[in-house]
Amino acid sequence: MATQQQVSQSPTAGGTAQGASRNEAAIRPPVDVFETSDGIKLLADMPGVSKEHLHLQTEGNTLTIEGQVQFDMPDKLEALYADVRSTVYRCSFVLSSELDTSHIEAMLKDGVLAVRIPKREELRPRRIQVQSG
Amino acid sequence: MFEGLWGYEHPLSGQIRRLEEELDALFGTGTSSLTGTRNIRSLPGSSFPAVNVAATPDAIIVYLFAPGLDPKGFDISMQQNLLSIAGTREIPLDEKATYYRRERFSGEFRRAITLPEDADPERVEAKYTNGMLVVTIGRRQAAKPRQIEVR
Repeated sequence: MATQQQVSQSPTAGGTAQGASRNEAAIRPPVDVFETSDGIKLLADMPGVSKEHLHLQTEGNTLTIEGQVQFDMPDKLEALYADVRSTVYRCSFVLSSELDTSHIEAMLKDGVLAVRIPKREELRPRRIQVQSG
Repeated sequence: MFEGLWGYEHPLSGQIRRLEEELDALFGTGTSSLTGTRNIRSLPGSSFPAVNVAATPDAIIVYLFAPGLDPKGFDISMQQNLLSIAGTREIPLDEKATYYRRERFSGEFRRAITLPEDADPERVEAKYTNGMLVVTIGRRQAAKPRQIEVR
């Protein structure tokens, strides 16, 4: 029963993440963030990104996610219409201290990144057994 | 590569805008939108999936940014030069969890794209990779000009 938001959005950690070399504005991917009893789960839509072009890093208590969109581009390609005008996804989050940043798990499937950030072992809710007698 | 193709701040963006106007004149209205004028069938603001359309002399390529979907679940159809893509993305809610952010699209979607007149509905291929649906439509080749000899 969390009473406090544990993951908050911070301004993107520009420049420190790999691949942040262009002047191009990055897209902040739509994310779902939810908390269960053993940690935080984050799902981010990053279509066009494969494992090789996905970078996750933690620096202190900040998690930064960056992905490059890659797909085949034939010769003599001309743009006719564009909803999406950038090829970089980037977002970062400040993780509160009860989260265990050294055990973050990440999985990428069909352009959806799933990140699991467990709570520190000692801080997970524990039932206390009552002894009788 | 891509910054030049779709980006705002690229030095070529002025040229791209001129190109867009020329293409608009060639293909008629409603297909180009690099300056923010939207296709009449697209929804304002954030519509899912986002669409980019490009062309080579031989094909029109439609890129749909549609992550987390089953490729068999897409309903892709083409009537004359109108390409229609529909589907559903269900995101199950974990009832025991506390949600802090829910920005990802969930539900039914449909995008309809008007393609240039020479799009050939008989030559359509679709491929789904890393959450991108790429639909390639062949273009009818214009009849080659014939040289007429003067006797």
